[in-house]
Amino acid sequence: MQKQAIFQSKLLPYALVAPQLAIVLIFFYWPALQAVIQSFLLQDAFGLSTTFVWFDNYVELFRDPAYFASILRTFFFSFAIAVLSLSFALLLAVMADKPLRGVMLYRTLLIWPYAVAPPVVGVLWIFMLHPSLGVLARYLRALGIDWNPLLDGDQAAALIILAAAWKQISYNFLFFLAGLQAIPKSVFEAAAIDGARPMRRFWTVTFPLLSPTIFFLLVVNIVYAFFDTFGIIDTMTRGGPGTSTVTLVYKVYSDGLLGGNLGSSAAQSVILMVLVIVLTAIQFRFVERKVTY
Amino acid sequence: MVEEEGFRRYIAHAILWIGIAIVAFPVYIAIVASTQDNALIANGQMSLLPGGHFFEVYYQTIFVGTSGSTREPVGNMMLNSLVMALAIAIGKIAISIISAYAIVYFRFPFRMPIFWIIFITLMLPVEVRIYPTYKIVADLHMLDSYAGLALPLIASATATLLFRQFFMTVPDELLEASRIDGAGPLRFFWDTLLPLSRTNMAALFVILFILGWNQYLWPLLITTRDDMQTIQVGIRKMITTTDALTEWPIVMATAVLAMLPPVFVVVVMQKLFVRGLVETEK
Repeated sequence: MQKQAIFQSKLLPYALVAPQLAIVLIFFYWPALQAVIQSFLLQDAFGLSTTFVWFDNYVELFRDPAYFASILRTFFFSFAIAVLSLSFALLLAVMADKPLRGVMLYRTLLIWPYAVAPPVVGVLWIFMLHPSLGVLARYLRALGIDWNPLLDGDQAAALIILAAAWKQISYNFLFFLAGLQAIPKSVFEAAAIDGARPMRRFWTVTFPLLSPTIFFLLVVNIVYAFFDTFGIIDTMTRGGPGTSTVTLVYKVYSDGLLGGNLGSSAAQSVILMVLVIVLTAIQFRFVERKVTY
Repeated sequence: MVEEEGFRRYIAHAILWIGIAIVAFPVYIAIVASTQDNALIANGQMSLLPGGHFFEVYYQTIFVGTSGSTREPVGNMMLNSLVMALAIAIGKIAISIISAYAIVYFRFPFRMPIFWIIFITLMLPVEVRIYPTYKIVADLHMLDSYAGLALPLIASATATLLFRQFFMTVPDELLEASRIDGAGPLRFFWDTLLPLSRTNMAALFVILFILGWNQYLWPLLITTRDDMQTIQVGIRKMITTTDALTEWPIVMATAVLAMLPPVFVVVVMQKLFVRGLVETEK
C-alpha cells in the first residue's frame, strides 16, 4: 500500500487531498446523509413540521404495488439487456478473434457506439420505430404486426431493451475481444489436435476460460441497465405508456419532479444506494478481472 | 495456429459485416433524415437515401435552433457541453492526481481513513443522490452555472485509484535521485511524476471527456435557462409530445452533432480510448 521512500511534511499532504475531500464531502456524503435522514422522517402537507417515523416510509414503499412492479421491471430489463447484448457481442468477438484480414478495421467499426450518449440512443431508436413515421415501423406493419410502442406497454419495453442492448454491444465486444486474445492459442491447438470440432472447442475451451470476463461484464451490464438507461427511457417513452417503462431510477426522478412526499423519495434513493453497494461489492469481491490489452 | 478453412472464414466476415450494419443502421437513418424535408418525414414518406437539404438543415440547427418555444441554437448547446466535459475531465484528473500523490508519497495521520472516504464514493453515483445534491447546489446558488454542472460530478474514486496504482509502480530510485538533486516534494511531482503519468492522464482524459459530454440526468435537473442547456438535454426538449410539431430533420441533425465529438475521439484516439476504458474498469 505504501512506498518505502517517502517525503516528510506535516501540512502538504493535507493540502493535496483537500480539494478532492472537500468535493466528496459536500457533494457525496452530505447529500447521501441527507437522503438517509430524510427517509426516516415524515413531513406534513405544508412542510411545517416533521416527525420521526422509523421505517414507515420504507414499509409504505414496499406495500405500494407500483413500486414493487418497478423493482421487478428494473431487474427484468437489466437481465434482458445483459443477455441480449452479451450474446451478440460474444458472437462478434469470437469472429473477430479469428486470424482474418482487416480485424483492426472491424474493431474500429464496432466500438464507436460506446461514445453515443443514452438520450441520443433513445432519439435514434424512437425515430426508426416511431409508429407513424419510423422507417422500420413500416415494415413491421407490412408484416401484419400492430406496432405502436406509444400505446402498447410491452412493445415500449421491448423497444427500450433493444435500444439499450444496442448501445452496450461495443463495450462488451471490446472486453470479450480482449479476454479472447488473452487466452493462449496453444490451448486451442491442443483441443484441435484432440479432434474437437470448432463448436465443441468453443463450449469446452473458450467459454470456460472466458467466464471471468463474462461474469465481470454481466455485473457491469446490470449496473448500466440500472442507471444509464435513464436517458434512453426519458427520450423514448418518458416512462410510459402508463408506467410500463418506469425503472427504479426513473421513478426516483419522476416522483421527485412531482414534488410530493420527500420521505418516500429519500427512501427510494437509499434503496438504490444499497443496491449499488451490493453490486459494487459483488464486483470487487468475486470478479477476478484479468483483462489485458 | 488452428487452421481456419476458407468457408468458415467467409462466414466470420459475413457475421462481422452484419454486426457492423446493425450497429451503424440507426446512425445512418439519422444522417439521412437530417438532410430531408420535414413534411416528407412527418408523413412517413422518408427516403432511405440522403436528401438535398443538408446545408439548410445544419445551418438552422447550429445557428438558429428549432422554431418552437425553446429556440436555442445547437451551436450554443455544444459549447455548454464542451465546457462541462472539459471541466469534468480536467477537474477529475487534477484533483485525483494530487490526492493520489499525497496518499502514496506521504505518511500522515488519517491517511487511510481519507483513502477510504474517497474510495467509497464509487458506490454513490449521481443517480442515487440526485435530489439532495440538487438541494445543496441550489443552496450554493450554483443552478444554471458551469460550476453546478461540473463540480458534483468531479470527484472520482476511479481516477484516484488509477493514479495510486500507477505511482506504486514508479521505482523508488527516482525519488532518491531527485532528492539527491535537492528537489522537494512539489518539484519531484512536477518534474518527475507528472511527465511519467502523461500516457495515463491522456487515456483517462479520453474516457472522462466522453463520459462528461454524455452526461444527461444531472444537467437535465440543474439547468432551467435555455442558454445553459447541454446538447443532450436540448435534444430531448426538441421532441414535443405532440408529434406533429417535432421538427425531425433538426432533431436528427442535433443527434448527429451530439455524437460527432465523442465518436471522433474514440475513432481517432482508439489506442488511448481502449487503454483508458480497460484501466478505469479495473
